[in-house]
Parts: sequence; C-alpha cells; structure tokens
Amino acid sequence: MELNNFNQALYRRRQRANAIGLGLSMGAMGLGLAVLLWILGVLFYNGVSALDWNLFTQSTPAPGSEGGGLANAIVGSLMMLGFSVLVSTPVGILAGIYLAEYGDQSKTASVTRFVTDIMLSAPSIVLGLFVYAIAVAPFGGFSGWAGSLALSLIAVPVVVRTTENMLRLVPGSLREAAFALGAPRWKVSLMVTLKAARSGVVTGLLLAIARISGETAPLLFTALNNQFFSTSMDKPLSNLPVVIFQFAMSPYDNWVRLAWGGALLITLAVLTLNIVARVFFRDSTKQ
Amino acid sequence: MNQAMTLPSPPVTDTAPSIRMVEVAQRQRWQDALFHRVTQLFSLLVLLALAGIIVSLFMHALPSFQKFGMAFVWRVEWDIVNEEFGAAIAIFGTLASAAIALLIAVPLAFGIALFLTENCPVALRRPLGTAIELLAAVPSIIYGMFGLFIFAPLFAQYGQPALQSTLGQMPLIGPLFGGATNGIGILAAGIILAFMVLPFIAAVMRDVFEIVPPILRESAYGLGCTTWEVVRKVVLPYTQKGVMGGVMLGMGRALGETMAVTFVIGNANRLPTSLFSPGTSIAATLANEFGEAADFHISALFALGFMLFVITVVVLALAKWLIVRSEKARGA
Repeated sequence: MELNNFNQALYRRRQRANAIGLGLSMGAMGLGLAVLLWILGVLFYNGVSALDWNLFTQSTPAPGSEGGGLANAIVGSLMMLGFSVLVSTPVGILAGIYLAEYGDQSKTASVTRFVTDIMLSAPSIVLGLFVYAIAVAPFGGFSGWAGSLALSLIAVPVVVRTTENMLRLVPGSLREAAFALGAPRWKVSLMVTLKAARSGVVTGLLLAIARISGETAPLLFTALNNQFFSTSMDKPLSNLPVVIFQFAMSPYDNWVRLAWGGALLITLAVLTLNIVARVFFRDSTKQ
Repeated sequence: MNQAMTLPSPPVTDTAPSIRMVEVAQRQRWQDALFHRVTQLFSLLVLLALAGIIVSLFMHALPSFQKFGMAFVWRVEWDIVNEEFGAAIAIFGTLASAAIALLIAVPLAFGIALFLTENCPVALRRPLGTAIELLAAVPSIIYGMFGLFIFAPLFAQYGQPALQSTLGQMPLIGPLFGGATNGIGILAAGIILAFMVLPFIAAVMRDVFEIVPPILRESAYGLGCTTWEVVRKVVLPYTQKGVMGGVMLGMGRALGETMAVTFVIGNANRLPTSLFSPGTSIAATLANEFGEAADFHISALFALGFMLFVITVVVLALAKWLIVRSEKARGA
C-alpha cells in the first residue's frame, strides 16, 4: 500500500515534468510563429500605405521633399541580381558537379566542401570589405559591378551545396546505364545526371536569389547608393536594401514611409521565392 | 547524341577495333580529363575566395596592427580625429549581443525542435517547419527595421521598466539593468538577434533529433518514459554533438550579423555600463563608419573586419565539425 502511494507521487511528478516540458516547447513554437506573423503584419500595415504606382515609376526623392518612389533602386537591385545570377549559376553548378561526381575521391574536394559550408554563414559585411579591397579601391570608385561581385560571393556557396546535394540524389543506376551505353563522363554529368536533378538545381538557384536579394551589408561599400536613376554598372548604383537602410534611419517621414514600402517589396519577393522553390521542388520529387 | 552511340556497329574484324573507334575513345578521354579539371577549377574558386579574403583583409589591416600591435584588441579608444583606435568596445558589443542572443534562442530552438519532432501532429509538421524556415528567410534589414520602429518603443515602455523593477533590484546583477530606458542598446540588439538566429539553430536541432534511431526512442517509451524523459535522457545525450554544432552555427551567425544589430544597438563608441546602454559591434561599426572613412581609419576598420572574420570562421568550422561528427555517428 505504501509502495503504491510512493509510486503514485513519483508518477504524478513525472507527469507534471512532462506536461511542463511539452507545454514550454509548444510555447516556444507559438512564440516563433507569433514573431513571424508579427513581423509580417507590421510590414503589411506600414508598407501598404507606401505601395502605389509612383513607387515603381519615380526615383528616390531629395531629403525632405514629398512624393517620389523607388524606381531607381528597384532597377539597380534587379540589374545587380541579374548579373550575380549570371555569374554564380555556371560557377556554382560546375563546382557542385565536381563535388558530387569526383568529390569522393579527393582530399581537396572535402576541404572545398567544408569551406563552402563555412562561406554559407560567413559574415556578409566582411565579404563587402573584401570586394572593396579588390574591386573598389584599386579601380577608383564604388560601382554596380563591385556590388554584383559581392552578391555573387554570397550566392555561389548556396548554389554549390544545393547542386551537389541534388546530384547525389540521382540514382547511381541512371549514371551506370549511361556509362554502359558508352557515354563519356562529361556527357553523363551534363546531359543525364544534371538533367535528372534539374528541378533541385533550379530550387537552389531560387534560394540563392532569395538569399541575396535582401542582403544589405555587402552593398554598403561596394555599390554604395545613387540618388538618381542610373543604369550604369560602372558607377555607384542605387539598390533597394541600401536605400531602405538610409531612409529608415533618416528623420524624414516621407523617407521612412518609402523604406517601409521597399521593405514590404523585398520581403514579399524573398518569401515568394522561398515558397515557390519549395513547392516546385516538392512537385518535381513526387513525379 | 554522341558518335560513339550512333556509330553503326563496325564489322568485327578479328584483331584491332576500327581506327575510328580508337579516335573517338581518345577524344572522349581527353574531353573527360578537361571536364574534370574545369569543374575542379571552379570548385577551387571557393577556396581561393576564402584565402583571398583572409589575405586581403590582413594586408589592409596591417598598418593598424603595426601601429598598435596586440594592444589593438583591448584598447578602448576609438578616436577618429586623433587616429587612436582600439577594438575593445566593438568586441565587447559583438560578444555581449551574441551571448544574449544565444541565451534566449537556444532554449527556444530546443523547444521548437522538440515540438516538431516529438509532439507535433504529422499533418502540421511540414507547414510549421516551413514557417520556421521562412523566419530564417526574412532579410536581416527587416529585423532591423522591426527592432527600431516596433520593438524598441515597446521595450522601452514595458520591457525595460519591468526588468528594472525585478532583476534590477537583485544584488550583483542589479546594475546590469540600470540606466536610461530608451529601448535601444545591447540587450535590445541581443533580443532581435535571438529571433534572427533562432530558426538556424532550430533547423539543425530538428535535423539531428530526427536521426536518433527509432529503436532507442521506442525502447525508452517501452520502459514507460514520458516524452520529456525520452528527450532529456535519450535524444539529447545521443545528439549532443549535433546540438552543440547547431548552437555554434547560431553563434557564428550572431557574431557577424550586421543590419539587425546596427539598427538597435545604439552605435555609441563608449564602453557600456549596463545592458540597457548603447554600444556597438564590429559589424555595426563597419556599416556606420566605413563609407566615410579615409586613410588610417580604413585600416583600423579592416583590422576589425579581419578579427571578425577569423573569429566567425573558427566558430563556424567548429560547428561544422561537430555536426559532421554527429551525422557520422549515425552511420556507425
């Protein structure tokens, strides 16, 4: 009888610990979701008022003046994004192919893989410093090219690692079948394996674009900013993140309003890219 | 698609294969070697970038390292006019904000990972996991704006007075919560950082929790363990390396984060006296000052950047090593 009572007490204590632990874990999940929804809610609430046609047609206004938009910043951002994608796609995919197809055999490949993983999380502002040192200081000025280079440095590791992971998912029998037909290795890699992993590789590209479209720190001292509409990559180029940074920290209400509009645009773009990438990948793996 | 494949099968003569086939084979071997080297070259670009970053940062930082020597690390002065530079304030702000971020984010990430792996209805696992991943996708500048415009005013009005009247009254740690309550400062930066790194840590923890062999888990349940006991006494000990790796990964992110911190840390080159006082971090100093810096000031900023890069690379390398080891343990 006494033993039974003792067990009851212990049992209750363990149940209580369990309930508290699980309750707290559910609370943590709830808090995470709440913060996400809170941030998105705030963005919509403040950003929607800035969303109008002028945002896309007019350039950034002078300090203290009314109206204006973000046209120059949007165009500048798209140009740098486009160029970064053009650079990082071939570099990232070829490097990913090397790691997946030849990587098991060599020490350099495993070192490269390790370094790529580190570069994935390396502080982006330091990459900006690096690009300043090699592409801004020696060539006498901030430029859109330097900004794109900094963004490419961030995008390449993302593309490399997703490409490698996706290529590794391709069944070995597919490779072997192609080899058995007498196809050389480069044709197997490019026309069989890569083709089979196509949707995964595209997913990686989308995630890389999403990653770099919100990056601010590496652009601060590479592309800098340009108050006027410009499509010249040789000169400082306006871009959304840096404009948001400057405008949000400014004392002018109109600038702060535009910063919220820009922030909403960027976040919508980034989250859409992320969701599209996921859905796209899930659909393709189902087939 | 390829001559070797469309080639009409040659009449099999007794000895040598036709010269044409030998040619094709030779060409293919040559092409394959080229392909191997070209892809290898591209993958070496990543290594080259890392080496380039370290070398070029160090070269530009050299003048200030030569002038101040090792003392650069603990000098408090940051006087742009007289070119007297020291990293102590920025290093302190970086470490303090990252430490606060981890203190908050690690328990939360553990809770989220526990919920997603043990407790969550299967149908909700994917959408909830995706939601947490989206939290990681939100650009850091958005966290910064959110921190400055939404969080800081609320924190000044409710959070800081509440902390002051509770923890601030306690002996020893009381002074940490003293000073003006204007919302921004080291503590605010730490809290915003916490929510930035939370999804990264939670994602790693979830992934390593999932590799615990079901048989271990089920044996524990079979002995009558509660879910909490299974996680505390089976899952956590089994995955401790991976969990540590996740924490280190979050730390690497927190140390190098720029925009979220710059908005809320206050950007003051003074040694903070409490968690509420404004400070600065290495990344925030770079973001604020580099655009207008000249001459020796640039070198001092490069020195800061070099230190930040070396610290984060070491932390991230350790994180990666721990995660890889915990994944290997699964194979064994």
